[in-house]
Amino acid sequence: MTEETTTKETPPPSKRPRWLEVIAPRQVDWVTLLVIPILAVLSALIVGAAVIVFTDGFGAVLPAYSALLRGAFGGWQSISETLLASAPLILAGLAVALGFQAGLFNIGAEGQMTIGGLTAVMVGFSFDGLPLLVHLPLAVIAGLLGGALWGFIPGLLRAKTGAHEVITTIMLNFIAFRTLDYVLKLPFIQKEGRFDPVSKDVLDSATYPSILQWLPIENPGRLRLHLGFFVALAVAWFVYWLLYRSTIGFEFRAVGANPSAAKYGGMGVASTIIFVMAVSGALAGMAGANETLGVVGRGVPGFTAQIGFDAIALALLGRSHPGGVVLASILFGALRAGGRTMQAQSDVGIDLIVVVQALIIVFVAAPELVRAIFRVRGGKKQGQVTRGWSA
Amino acid sequence: MVGVTAVVGSIDTVRAPAEVRRARILGLVYISLALLVYFVFSVGTDGDVTFRFGESPGDLDWTVSSSLLATVVAVIFGFLGGIQLTRGFGSKTNIILGLAMGVFAFAFLGWAGAGKSIGIVGILVTTVAAATPIAFGALSGVMCERVAVINIGIEGMLLTGAFTGAVVGTVASPFLGVIGATLAGGVMALGLAVLAIRYRVDQIIAGVVINIFALGITSFVSSQVLVENRAALNSPGVLGPIRIPLLADIPVVGRILFQQNIFVYVLYTMVVVLSYLLFRTRWGLRSRSVGEHPKAADTLGINVFRTRYRNVFYGGLIAGFGGAYFTLGSVGAFNENMTAGRGFIGLAAMIFGRWHPVGALAAALVFGFADSLQIRLSILDVGIPSEFLLMAPYLVTIIVVAGVVGAARPPAADGQPYVKE
Repeated sequence: MTEETTTKETPPPSKRPRWLEVIAPRQVDWVTLLVIPILAVLSALIVGAAVIVFTDGFGAVLPAYSALLRGAFGGWQSISETLLASAPLILAGLAVALGFQAGLFNIGAEGQMTIGGLTAVMVGFSFDGLPLLVHLPLAVIAGLLGGALWGFIPGLLRAKTGAHEVITTIMLNFIAFRTLDYVLKLPFIQKEGRFDPVSKDVLDSATYPSILQWLPIENPGRLRLHLGFFVALAVAWFVYWLLYRSTIGFEFRAVGANPSAAKYGGMGVASTIIFVMAVSGALAGMAGANETLGVVGRGVPGFTAQIGFDAIALALLGRSHPGGVVLASILFGALRAGGRTMQAQSDVGIDLIVVVQALIIVFVAAPELVRAIFRVRGGKKQGQVTRGWSA
Repeated sequence: MVGVTAVVGSIDTVRAPAEVRRARILGLVYISLALLVYFVFSVGTDGDVTFRFGESPGDLDWTVSSSLLATVVAVIFGFLGGIQLTRGFGSKTNIILGLAMGVFAFAFLGWAGAGKSIGIVGILVTTVAAATPIAFGALSGVMCERVAVINIGIEGMLLTGAFTGAVVGTVASPFLGVIGATLAGGVMALGLAVLAIRYRVDQIIAGVVINIFALGITSFVSSQVLVENRAALNSPGVLGPIRIPLLADIPVVGRILFQQNIFVYVLYTMVVVLSYLLFRTRWGLRSRSVGEHPKAADTLGINVFRTRYRNVFYGGLIAGFGGAYFTLGSVGAFNENMTAGRGFIGLAAMIFGRWHPVGALAAALVFGFADSLQIRLSILDVGIPSEFLLMAPYLVTIIVVAGVVGAARPPAADGQPYVKE
């Protein structure tokens, strides 16, 4: 993923027309970027079908998968649900992808989402009377900062003590869940008259506004897609700019590719690690804010809905590139939205989606496996993304 | 990635200043703990605390003033901090840290239980029980990492073991359930081995894949099938404690160590056997050489790939067996994601235990103690919210990993796929 510089030969520029080079540049490794991910998704769906045959019989496959497709893309409402589900996935996926680019494996997106969503809610139900243009950004920034703090801690530990982020971020996930349980029961946060952990409702002025109400269809109020999707796209563009067009991003990738070289090149490896983890946490925190301010409308236990773990799959599937993460997130959003329809309209439960997603990661993480099954040639071999205990 | 080899290569030159800094940080931690113990646990605390070391009240009691106890502990910590800052404990750092945590827990219990009595034996019995799955996870990690395969998938292997143990244990018998769980862990490990060794997938990612897959498949089958047929598929019952004759009659220790279930006894045996095998036999020497310098091992005619496959498989068997503890040794039924991070804590125990079976067991006991303390304190109702008590094992894990990980040296080739030239 970090080896853009090792392209084999420069193509003679005169042979191909310029416009073709813009649409399909030859330097891009299409096998790695597109062919293997698509084959991986296909293989996962096939193995998923085998799992359905095993639990529910042969006849259940077609109804299940057609319900899945209908729920994902069959009509305006399905598309709205797909994009709605993809927004937090984009943000969380970017969080993990950014870490990978710097050689850090942030498994803590779930915990950072939890804290970010919580801080966003706390701002979201306070400050009655502010206009939307002030209150909503304020709440989103609160979420961003909450997530950043939760990413900063493992970054600091990694940089200063060498504690591996894989372990610390997982432990911080559990700590975040308990913190959420505790905070939601505090008197000034808990919803009046409730005894279970539920926060007050986010005010309208801090809620992501729905954006498809203008569509000329029956009952457009059901379309839940909100502004957060476009915020996520904007953030994806920003992360792209940060990684590939800014000096900071170059340092991120340099530290990821070769920390020793980065160090001798005069870069502060420790401070970069801390900064990457904080930014990564901030992105995950925005994903949490997207959920609490846009979908759930309050803080409840488990509002993160495993999005932080799906994020790992998204970063791998999207090859840690912001554009790839967006495409992968729309795919996973479709699986989530379609999975609900599948659960409602066929005998197969929504947990199948988790199995399919896990299979997608297996195939994406092991491109050699896909190459072997489908006899794909060409493309670069994948390098190592993470670091062991000592590095 | 080119960077890994470069960094590993340069570590010996970089190590010294980092170690000095770590020793200094640890020293400051001791000093601040001393201040904490004195000002929070000692100043203003009234009343006596009674530690009960016997089975029943009045039997082997030790009553002491809470505030005096905390003052003594504070002095000990100040002393440790001083030594740590000036000359350091060298290779004994981890052992001292482990002991210090135990002493700290004493002061904490004295403060939390001022005016009450605390059954130490009960806490320690639970400690051993809670440490058992963590220790199996850690041993599984030792097995894999000694041949340089990082196993982040321990959590998934424990979970698969727990699931299979419950199902097979209900359908067939608990004994067969244990066997099934062991094999299920082995199968997951083979998955890891194929990904990591054959396809050279980044090992940490391969392990995460195993975890996500195990969580997905067990949750799917659990919600599709187990929930509706709880009696027929998910009620294996619990393997009860077994009293070891003679040894169980030793006062205090006997009750803690020798009235446990079969999993605990297998654990003791496995720690001894593994330590012997790894450090005293030809197999162990070969395994370790594959972990330290696979190329040299290969040159001398050791089959690196076969050794790695075999040891990772054994590691999976160990984790699968440990996973059965959750269903057959403790809860008596499978619940979704019931391992709750114990596999990762096991990983931390492996690092804390310096990739040695005995160290891994000792570290697992530290984590088990945190777990047990948490349970006991929520019963004692000491005014700390239960959510914070539940964080204890995870917090301790972070502190331990941050405190010692850099000082411990993993097998030299850990995490690197081997490419035969």
